Amino acid sequence: MLLSRILNMRLITHNMLTSHVKGVTNGYPLIIEATEVEEKEVDFNPEFISRMMSRIEWPALVKAMEWIGKKDCLPEEPIENCEKDNDFLQKAHHALMEIEVITGSLKCPESGRKFPISNGIPNMLLNEDEV
Amino acid sequence: MMKLRQLEIELEEVLKFKNPKVYLEQYMTPPHLAACLLHMADSKFHDIYGKTVLDIGCGSGILSCGASLLGADYTLGVDIDEDALTLFRENCSMLVPSNSVECLQCDIRQYMTNKSFRTSFDVIFMNPPYGTKNNKGIDMEFLEAATNMFKTAIYSLHKTSTRKYVCKRAKSMGLDASVQAELRYNLDATFTFHKVKSKDIEVDFIRFTPTKQTVK
Ligand SMILES: C[S@@+](CC[C@H](N)C(=O)[O-])C[C@H]1O[C@@H](n2cnc3c(N)ncnc32)[C@H](O)[C@@H]1O
Repeated sequence: MLLSRILNMRLITHNMLTSHVKGVTNGYPLIIEATEVEEKEVDFNPEFISRMMSRIEWPALVKAMEWIGKKDCLPEEPIENCEKDNDFLQKAHHALMEIEVITGSLKCPESGRKFPISNGIPNMLLNEDEV
Repeated sequence: MMKLRQLEIELEEVLKFKNPKVYLEQYMTPPHLAACLLHMADSKFHDIYGKTVLDIGCGSGILSCGASLLGADYTLGVDIDEDALTLFRENCSMLVPSNSVECLQCDIRQYMTNKSFRTSFDVIFMNPPYGTKNNKGIDMEFLEAATNMFKTAIYSLHKTSTRKYVCKRAKSMGLDASVQAELRYNLDATFTFHKVKSKDIEVDFIRFTPTKQTVK
């Protein structure tokens, strides 16, 4: 039987999001202010993580882990040939796929605008005057 | 690869909107259609397995579920409506075999000009509102937003009656449009409260790709 699971925002998604508030030129990365975080084990797919490495903004992921309170889980920089290093990929997998933010907000680093996260869903809707 | 018929059976489980919002054009792509389209994207163009997928106006999630069942690495569904996303999560957590789908609430019109995702997605799927409810042109706004966020292809449904216009607009956005299938479906049948018997509408299933640059 399939275990049903709820799909909350993970750091892989956070890594892609920028603030689109009008006038903001550097809205990345969004600062995570989490009040509820969960860790869930996810099957490790090294090929996938390896493919994703070229798209991940590593410093933002390191920051994200810091904001979540798990600073020492990742090396500051990706190691050489990290795509082939199982140990490294496992760490990246944990950071990207296994940490879920359920409640909190994402704060625009420039304007300070907060995008709320509730029930694991980030709300990026802007008011009309912010577009 | 999952067989077409099996995909369809799975997608028949997707729960429909309980109280669809007409102004947001919340009708679901019928499971049979969704299965055909997704299966074609995967088998003919290899655009799903191992790819990252964005589902714009994801609604109850039938396209995201299908993409994930066909082996997409990562799928993100976005919708303006919170109720839709709640249903989306319900459907995905019931049907999707791995932890590969997430969702986000946003108004895609706010994402047309501003860059909102740092990376682009390999493929985008959408069944946009057709702009029949006082929101004329919204399908083109969806397309324009999609154009800023994809790498390989955008798959979308558009009214057949607007084909010429859609192709022309696509061209001005730097896209080549290729009609993959002409379909008919009964749109209003998905709005439960309709009393009058409604007609089928004709839609094109279109694959958009970046216009090939001619080398000078
Ligand atoms: C025709 S339905 C398609 C639903 C689903 N993708 C499917 O194929 O069954 C269109 C969806 O777009 C959403 N939508 C409408 N306007 C939107 C906007 N401006 N931004 C994001 N989503 C929007 C609606 O809430 C609705 O779920």
